[in-house]
Amino acid sequence: MHKVLIANRGEIALRIIKTCQRLGIKTVAVYSEADAEMPFVKEADEAFLLGPAQVQQSYLKADDIIDIAIREGVDAIHPGYGLLSENAEFVRKIQQAGMVFIGPDADTIDKMGDKIGSRVTMQAAGVPVVPGTDEGVASLEEAVQAAADIGYPVMLKASAGGGGIGMVRCENEQALSQHFQSIKTRAKAYFGDDVVFLEKFIANARHIEVQIFGDHQGNVVHLFERNCSVQRRNQKVIEESPSPHLPEEARQRLLQAAVDAAKAVDYKNAGTVEFIVDEDNKIYFLEMNTRLQVEHPVTELVMGYDLVNWQLEVAKGNELPVKNQEEIQSTGHAIEFRVYAEDPVTFMPSPGTIATLDWGDTAGVRIDAGYVEGDKVTPFYDPLIAKVIVHAKTRNEAIQHSQTFLTQVNIAGLKTNIPLFNKFLKSEEFQTGDYSTAVLPAWLDIQKEEK
Amino acid sequence: MTQLKATMAGTVFTVNVAVGEEVAAGQVVLVLESMKMEIPIEAESAGKVTAINVEVGDFVNEEDVLVTIEA
Repeated sequence: MHKVLIANRGEIALRIIKTCQRLGIKTVAVYSEADAEMPFVKEADEAFLLGPAQVQQSYLKADDIIDIAIREGVDAIHPGYGLLSENAEFVRKIQQAGMVFIGPDADTIDKMGDKIGSRVTMQAAGVPVVPGTDEGVASLEEAVQAAADIGYPVMLKASAGGGGIGMVRCENEQALSQHFQSIKTRAKAYFGDDVVFLEKFIANARHIEVQIFGDHQGNVVHLFERNCSVQRRNQKVIEESPSPHLPEEARQRLLQAAVDAAKAVDYKNAGTVEFIVDEDNKIYFLEMNTRLQVEHPVTELVMGYDLVNWQLEVAKGNELPVKNQEEIQSTGHAIEFRVYAEDPVTFMPSPGTIATLDWGDTAGVRIDAGYVEGDKVTPFYDPLIAKVIVHAKTRNEAIQHSQTFLTQVNIAGLKTNIPLFNKFLKSEEFQTGDYSTAVLPAWLDIQKEEK
Repeated sequence: MTQLKATMAGTVFTVNVAVGEEVAAGQVVLVLESMKMEIPIEAESAGKVTAINVEVGDFVNEEDVLVTIEA
């Protein structure tokens, strides 16, 4: 593999370039007009303009990206996360053009991209799923009947949904009636598919996911778990590994279920199996993400592996660098903070120019940033400025180091959620580690009441 | 007359009203999508919609006039 095209932008494009550079692999960036001056464009060996800022006219133009790859003699395409990363048709076109897709098979993506289909596949493989409907609910009447059978509260979800979009919690029939059509509309608008289904809402649950890896020789391993329960608007903001307050017996069940899930779909390359873990440590399959995750550095820091390197090795047809599960050990504790350009209280996006970007003393801290000082965060893409990942021997040390580090960060010119992290890190809820997906909204409510 | 403006640049996700329709104060008349977030644009006061300057899918800049409402 001599040349890789990265069909993505920002921090993940830079992250992939970094590993390619280390391995002596040339990189090709593609970019929109809004990103012409971004660091990932400058850092790649070659860069080509796709079109205007809107993703439909640039980063989602699969045929244009493939044409550039063919023209420039690219061997493989890395999709990053989001955008075309879970688009099976894109994968098929890359392979038809004689290039390698750095990710799983198109058929696996198809199976796991459909939440209803993946529920059925996992049930057949013996992996526990959240109680819910195994078919789409076509009408409100059907939804009301199904919800009555499941029991409120329920989650109404788009089968093709992802990234926290296209889902809503319904406490009762009135709420289900209110949201049914809007979720269908959103599903159609965002994902081109208006099929929706219902799942039981598991109260006080944790969102824990397992990094898995498979190769073309049939080897599948897990690289332990990440707790992703600190969320706002159903989107993650802090992730950590290992998951605190998870009994070892439950952890082993979770890891085995993830490996079973991966084997059930003959999984190749990097993937993540997401679970809901209830108060009694019962585990339920939620979905499988068939790509590298935003939070993969948490795993990289506790494992000591370069997961992009693993992706490249598997894409080349090589066996996993470590395929014996017993050899794979997790060391210390890592926490990732997603630094977003947004209001720390309302979470409203805050596009603008980064007038100052001073991280301060970065000793012992990994920063995966997509921007440098002077760059513009435009309203066209998600508001992620950077990921800050802290690794220490223990969770307490990682929290202390995070507190020291984050209070000295100086970002000016737009709002960020760093003030939120600085307050939340001190909270008893986070410090104890015994928290569910309700932790951040509940803590914010308490803050409002105290004002 | 009240002009409802885009609070930030984004894409028009839904238009929830029609010209001639009466709206209540606080009613969401339009939703923008920006940075993967839905941003509701609410009527500041009750009145009748007299003009809608955008369609679903249009990209708008901050301060662009989206909808006009007359009391």
